[in-house]
Parts: sequence; structure tokens; C-alpha cells
Amino acid sequence: MKTEIYMPAMSPSMTEGTLTKWLVKIGDQLKIGDPIAEIETDKATMEVESQIEGVMSEFLVENGQDQIAIKTPIAIIETTNSTEKLKGKLFTNTIDDQPKKKSTKGPYIDQDKRLDKITVREAIRDAIAEEMRIDKNVFVMGEEVAEYQGAYKVTQGLLQEFGAARVIDTPITENGFAGLAIGASFSGLKPVVEFMTFNFSLQAMDHIINSAAKTLYMGGGQLNCPIVFRGPNGAAARVAAQHSQDLTAWFSHIPGLKVISPFTASDHKGLLKAAIRDPNPVIFLENEILYSEQESLQELNEEIIPIGKAKILREGNDITLISHSISLKMCLEVSKKLEKRNISCEVLDLRTIRPLDINTIINSIKKTNKCVVVEQGWSQSGVSSEIISVIMENAFDWLDAPVLRLTGKDVPMPYAENLEKLALPSEYELIKIIESLV
Amino acid sequence: MTNKTKKTNTISKSDSIEAYKKMLLIRRFEEKAGQSYGLGHIGGFCHLYIGQEAVVVGLQMCIGDGDQVITTYRDHGHMLACGMNPDGVMAELYGRADGYSKGKGGSMHMFSKDSNFYGGHGIVGASVPLGTGLAFSNKYKKNKAVTLTYFGDGAANQGQVYESFNMAKLWELPCIYVIENNRYAMGTSVQRSSAQKDLSQRGISFGIEGEQVDGMDIESVIAAGKKAVTKVRNNGGPYILEMLTYRYRGHSMSDPAQYRSRDEVKEVRDQSDPIESLKNKIIQNDYLTEEQLQELNADIKKTVDQSTQFATESPLPDESELYIDVYQ
Repeated sequence: MKTEIYMPAMSPSMTEGTLTKWLVKIGDQLKIGDPIAEIETDKATMEVESQIEGVMSEFLVENGQDQIAIKTPIAIIETTNSTEKLKGKLFTNTIDDQPKKKSTKGPYIDQDKRLDKITVREAIRDAIAEEMRIDKNVFVMGEEVAEYQGAYKVTQGLLQEFGAARVIDTPITENGFAGLAIGASFSGLKPVVEFMTFNFSLQAMDHIINSAAKTLYMGGGQLNCPIVFRGPNGAAARVAAQHSQDLTAWFSHIPGLKVISPFTASDHKGLLKAAIRDPNPVIFLENEILYSEQESLQELNEEIIPIGKAKILREGNDITLISHSISLKMCLEVSKKLEKRNISCEVLDLRTIRPLDINTIINSIKKTNKCVVVEQGWSQSGVSSEIISVIMENAFDWLDAPVLRLTGKDVPMPYAENLEKLALPSEYELIKIIESLV
Repeated sequence: MTNKTKKTNTISKSDSIEAYKKMLLIRRFEEKAGQSYGLGHIGGFCHLYIGQEAVVVGLQMCIGDGDQVITTYRDHGHMLACGMNPDGVMAELYGRADGYSKGKGGSMHMFSKDSNFYGGHGIVGASVPLGTGLAFSNKYKKNKAVTLTYFGDGAANQGQVYESFNMAKLWELPCIYVIENNRYAMGTSVQRSSAQKDLSQRGISFGIEGEQVDGMDIESVIAAGKKAVTKVRNNGGPYILEMLTYRYRGHSMSDPAQYRSRDEVKEVRDQSDPIESLKNKIIQNDYLTEEQLQELNADIKKTVDQSTQFATESPLPDESELYIDVYQ
């Protein structure tokens, strides 16, 4: 009987992948466990093994074919066992599956860009690489940043270009390597420290707050700490409470830290370059789900973007939607929908959370007189709380309605698909809130 | 204390005098700080180094110009040993504008890049990854400098110490971990807090060698320090020196001292005071006459008095300082 093989979902956030190459030929006899194809996901390049016995009879996708959605049939295997129902059981590899062999011969930098587009992931990597080329004191450190090519492929190719002395795999020891990197920055190096995700930065919080943020002040300006802590922050997909949370407000609370949470690819690049050059400790919050977002190269702004400047992503007259990172995607989509109903939304991308660009916020409020703040984080003492206070203090007289907010629900992130969706801000909720104001 | 390095008459006349001067300066400075605290001139936490002087003075004599020092919050002795100005240190204790941190750091947080002194860190154990990072930077820059990373017996039970040991050995970082074992973490003795009481052996599972040293004896400290510095500078990789020492005063100024007897303190003072021992050697070897010693004593007293004078005359930080140096 013929059995279809599907494009497997190999990570929680994967929606499509590239079949880099077939590792077998038509007519090959397959045993369970034989590697049959190499698939590149948003996280890594992995080998897929056959989970049935049979003969490879047909390829439905070609070597190098990209943007293959998960669950798309990719090949047909002729099996001898006609009774076993195999369909749908195949290739359910999860995030924890490591490549079985060293298959991640990462392409060298600047050779893997698609012709006309760049992803957020590539923008971050290019920013690091460009700064490393300029300044030999810049180095990268973190878990799986070197040989693995980055747990989310962000540091792909850096090891090959800069070598193991400057692209350093650490043990799983966040407090230790955060402290070590801060110590290195005290004597003039400029570490770019990757937290595999910011969930794990909680292990290192003492060093970030007590050692990195405060030493300049405590020493009367003698000892600065030029360091960047970067990595994905915010809700991921289906990984539950400990691995899915937005910690922006935590870091934004601390004087001495700068906190950046960009949205577009060009902002990731320009702001990360600025962060690496900044003489202060900078928390650079990325988002796993944004990594694969693309921007055309023509649009990509190659400039250094100053820290502390918000940006109007979309002009509007009736209401201002203020947000940062991935929630802006929702704000833009909602704005598009409401435009058809003659509600004109202005969308403000904070980009930097600390220091906050109060002027841009206030100017927008003066124009629209109404505002909703949107964030994934929890509401109590959140980023939105701060922004609403700033508006009350500086633009109360310009308001025609109370400033409202849409935040993550006040619960740890649940695992179940439906509950996870409920826990996060939704388009529906945002539209309802806007409707109540305009 | 069976394995500890113990040496006698191994340092030269000039080194003996130098060490004596520095130890005495620290002793008198700390006594003065204690008095000033009692008079309300110094606030907050104030951890005195009295009794432990041989450790930092001895080790400082083993390192060179580019080498770095980092420690915890019992740090006044380290600053003076690194050559920082007593006036600036005392002014900082007083919270004055001319203090090393412009009055914004206080007793536990002073730094001097010029003197290669990297603090002054208030969180128990935090100096260890930071010091390991300084060593990392030396290896990165290939400059052959070594880092002395000091911490206490209490910090030795912090997890980040072992995270640091692991990376230091993994990457062969030129770091000397100096565990100043003064027997008590605040009021909890090593006996009551530590499963492995020989702290020099705490690096064993990482392959880091270590030794116990009589930290009350300056000659033993210098002998062990020279050996360690040479080894680390030439071969790279970390090393552990456990300095067996003792603090005469409380953990900080507000210590009820219920956890040890007066007799215990008296016994150490009488039998192994580092300054008295060295003074006796200086006299026995005719390095200095009684008269010269008195003169030296008077000079140090003058330096210390001058530091409090300087601190008293220094103004409080300007109110505009409040918002300065949050960012560079």
C-alpha cells in the first residue's frame, strides 16, 4: 500500500519548512530509523527518519523546495504492511529532538539571504556580525550560540566567521555566565550575551540588576558595563507557563538598564547595533514568533537607530494604539479592519521601553485624543500601567476618553491550545475596546 | 590545618617593613572607621577587616601592575592594599563628595580602575563570576594578567561559585580564587554550614587545585601567593587559595557576638595576630629599632587621622548628583 509522508512539525512555532535535500533515492529500501530527508525549520536543520519500512516510491517535493507547510505530503512510500494505518502518525518530532548527526553545516554569513528579503532572525545576526567586524572587543556568549548555530538559529554562521574565541558556547549556567560577562565588560570587553529565552534570565536576575545596572552609579561613574543581553521574550507557542511569558516590565523597572523591544527587521538591526555600541547594559528583547517575519531588503534601514525613540508605524486620527514587539502585528491588523469601518487608528511602536519616548506618545495623544495600550505582559505594574500614568501626567487635558489597556490575562500561561489563546490579547478584544472608545 | 603552607624568614627586610606598614595602616584605618561609626559619621553596613590583614597585604605583594583585584563587601583593606588613597576611602565611608564613589557607594561599593580594584560587591558570592569575567577578559586580550577573586567562607556555599569554577577550568581562565575563611559567615560557623569544611578542596570536582594557607602569617601568604601567581600566569587556569584567617570584630558593626566566646577571640589575638608576629620578626632580625617602629606607628596614625579630617571637611554630594551616573 502507498503511504504518504508529511512535512513534520519540528518545533512549536514552525508553520513551514524547507526540504533541503533528500537523503535517499527512489527505489531505496527503507528501514525504521533510516534518515530520509534533511529539513530546515525556523530553528535548525534536522534529519527526518523513516518511521516505517518500505520502498521510497515518489518524491512530492524537490530538493531545496521551501515554504512547505506542515502536514503537506512530501513523499510516498510503498509499504508491505497493508493493515497498519500509518497515515498521520509519522514525523511528530518535537522541539526536544536533537539532530541525530551533525547536520548543521551552517551556511556562511551573507550567503544565505533570500534574494530580496531579510528575516528578523537574519537582521539580528547581521547586526552582531557587523559590530564584531568593526570592534574586536565585541564577542558572543550563551548556550548553543556556536556549534549548534543558535537554538533559534539567530547566531547562525558567526562561529564560522569569527571563531571559537569570540563565539562562545557556555554551559547551562545563566547566573554564572551573566556574571562572568558583566565582569568581562568591566574591563573593556563588549559581550553580547544570548539567553536562549528570557525565561532563563530569571536565574541571572541578581547579576543583571545588582551588578550590571548599578555599578556605574555605585562607583560614582568609574566603572561602566557595556553589555547586551538578548534573546526571545514573550509568549512562545504551546510551551506553557515557565517558557512563555513577557518579562519586559521586569527589566523596565530598573534604573541603569536600557530596555529595547523591537518589531520590524530593520529596527532589530539598527537598534541592536546601537545597543552593542551603547556604554550601558542593554536588555534586547526579541520574540520567537517574529524571527521568521520578513522585510524586503529595499525597505531595510541600514542605519543605526537611536535608543529611546518610538516610531509611528501607521498614521491615524481617531485613536492611538500603543504597543511593542509582536503585539503590534495585531494592532496593525485591527487597524486595517477598522479602516473599512471608517475608524482611523494610529499605531505607535514604542521600540524602546526604557528610556521611554514620552514626547512621541504625547504628540500622538494630542492628535487622536484617545488611546489603548496593548501588551502581552501581565497588567499589574506592567508597561501599559506606566504608559497610562505618563499620559495622565502629561496629556490629561487632551484626552476625550479614559486610556484603556489590553494585556495578557492575569494567569500563568496555560498549555492547552484554547486556553493559551484566551490568555493572550486577541483581535476581538482589541476591536471591542476600540469600539467602546470611538 | 595540616596541609597549610607555613614559612618562616622567607621575606626580605624591605618586604617585611613594607608588609608591616600596610597591615598596620589597614588595622589603624579600620579601628578609626569603627570609632567613626560609633560617633555616627559612618552609616549603614560597615564590615571591618581587622585580624585578616596579612591575607590581602601578602597577596598584593605577589601580583604585578596589570593584575586585577575584586572582592566582596569587607573591602576597605583590599582598597588600601591596592594603593587607593585612605582619604578617598574614608570620605566614601562618610558619604562625602570626595569619596571614591562620590558618596554614592559607601563602605561596600568602591572601585578604582586606576588601582585595578574592581569592587566592592555587596551580594554574597557575586564577586566570583565577576572576577572570573575579569580573568576571561585577560585571556581574551592575551595580556598575561591574573585576577585575584576574593570571597569568604560564607560565599563558598553559593551556587554561582561553582558555576564559575566550572567555566574557569573549562576555559583555563587565569583566576586565583582567594577564599578568606574567617570561620564565620555572619554568625554561622563553617562547622555548622559546610559539608566539606576544607574549602581548598571545593574545586576538586572541576579539577582545580587548591591549598590551605595560614592566613595569619604574612610569610606563608606571600609564599603561597607567589607560587599561585607564577603558576596561573605561566600555565593559565584557575587556582584556589584558602586563607585560614580570623576577624576580631563582628560581621558588621551591629553584631551581637553570641556565636563565639570572648576567649576564642582573645586566644587568636594573643597567639597569632599577623601584625604582632611580623613586628616580632622585624625586631628579632634588627630590621627596625623600637624607635623606628614608633616613628612608623606615628606616621600611620597621622595618615589615618588625616583621612578622617579630609572626610569631615569634604562636602556632602551636591543634590544634582542624585541623577548623575545612572547611565553613561
